[in-house]
Amino acid sequence: MTKRNFSEQALSPWMRSEGPDRDVVLSSRIRIARNLRSYPFPMLATPTQSHEAMEQLLGVAESGRLNGLGPLEELRLSELTELAKLVLVEKHLISPALANDSRNGALILGQNEDISIMINEEDHLRIQCLRPGFQLRELWDWASKIDDIFEEGVDYAFDEKYGFLTSCPTNVGTGIRASVMMHLPALVLTGQISRILSAVTQVGLAVRGLYGEGSEATGNLFQVSNQITLGQSETEIIDNLHAVARQMIEHEKAARAKLMAESRPRIEDRVKRSFGILSHAVIIDSKEASQRLSDVRLGVHLGLLPTVDPETLNELLVSTQPGFLQMTYGESLEPERRDMARAEMIRSRLETRA
Amino acid sequence: MQCQECGKRPATLHFTKIVNGEKAELHICESCAREKGELIPGTPSGFSIHNLLSGLMDFEPSGAAGTKAQTHRCEMCGMTYSQFSKLGRFGCSHCYKHFAERLDPLLKRVHGNTVHVGKVPKRAGGRVKTKREIDRLKREMQGRIEREDFETAAQLRDRIRDLEKEISNG
Repeated sequence: MTKRNFSEQALSPWMRSEGPDRDVVLSSRIRIARNLRSYPFPMLATPTQSHEAMEQLLGVAESGRLNGLGPLEELRLSELTELAKLVLVEKHLISPALANDSRNGALILGQNEDISIMINEEDHLRIQCLRPGFQLRELWDWASKIDDIFEEGVDYAFDEKYGFLTSCPTNVGTGIRASVMMHLPALVLTGQISRILSAVTQVGLAVRGLYGEGSEATGNLFQVSNQITLGQSETEIIDNLHAVARQMIEHEKAARAKLMAESRPRIEDRVKRSFGILSHAVIIDSKEASQRLSDVRLGVHLGLLPTVDPETLNELLVSTQPGFLQMTYGESLEPERRDMARAEMIRSRLETRA
Repeated sequence: MQCQECGKRPATLHFTKIVNGEKAELHICESCAREKGELIPGTPSGFSIHNLLSGLMDFEPSGAAGTKAQTHRCEMCGMTYSQFSKLGRFGCSHCYKHFAERLDPLLKRVHGNTVHVGKVPKRAGGRVKTKREIDRLKREMQGRIEREDFETAAQLRDRIRDLEKEISNG
């Protein structure tokens, strides 16, 4: 186990690599939920039981079985500050539930932050793998291998009929949740988004915002994921999501091309205005920032802002969140100070790259 | 005691009715009760013995089952179904067995399905893998029979027997 400071960099190392369809899909994610057979689920486990479950699962990592995954870092939630937990949530490395409600919660973090294994969240074990761009199938192979390694070391709760047993019946069966984070500004601008989203929810998929369940879709970022986990194989679930996401990507690309062909001056004006505001604003709230950053991201992918690096935008997505701003500019920022810090953060990033 | 109706046979059915503090007793024999169209004389609502008896019969078990289902706890973690409906989460893996009866309709609503067809873990799911293999071989055997390829079908049958033996031996 190595020690590395996950809070120094807003952008996880894995986000720096290239991925397919990155002009629309920021990242793909697969999470699988597993439980140990001989302990109650974390919600009802006694402190002793959840501690034992944690030790068993951390034991798998310590036994060296996971060595093929590269250097791993082991973190216990009880040893982290509130701010450190918030930063982990903002980087999508842990869920808010693990940060706030877990007992004997722990995290095994891959060096590139592309693997995050949560212990004692809603389920005993949640294996999460992330990749840039649109790469769901590769992710499943990878997560499934990690799952196999854990299964060698611990006894899973598995039922012949119901499959992998999870605390919430909405995850039972495969325990898989696959999702793609998409940036769909052209579909929003052309007013097609609501029609598409309602169609998506009718084929067993869910649409959420940047920070998952209960979060609003700000900055034209939509997270599309499977709802059904039982009665379909993992491959079927992933293929279904893949096919729908592929269509959404093509619709978004077509809408972008149409905007450029039919109303280029208006789009260019919108993009460059937003870039101007972000480059010069002194106070900016999170809602405006995410909308303007979305405009700039669109501009970058339409070739209208050649000086802006897309990586800077991915970094700003995280570094303009409250936890990260506090980490950078000092603890407990008042809202207005935070809006000033956010503006400063954005200005400095856009300047250095320009 | 004689039947109040015929005055001949012994009364075997005894009712006590209390309305506004006034007590009325009724003692009749079974045949009189039946002759009267199974109506108990003196009950203005026309309450029949059958209803009364079956009502009593029903009352006990259904009442008991009703309360049992609401408060019957999972042997492993102690969770009740009403707690589950409130929390939306089970307490332990045994809850899936304990609440199995009520689970299928719920899973059907959530997933449209009640049976797992995905990944089977190597250690925990050994039997399931074999069962699925048997199902697959059976389908293949059926196909061979339809194509009159009896030689291959016989080989498949032997393979299925071996696997079934494997399962029954544990």
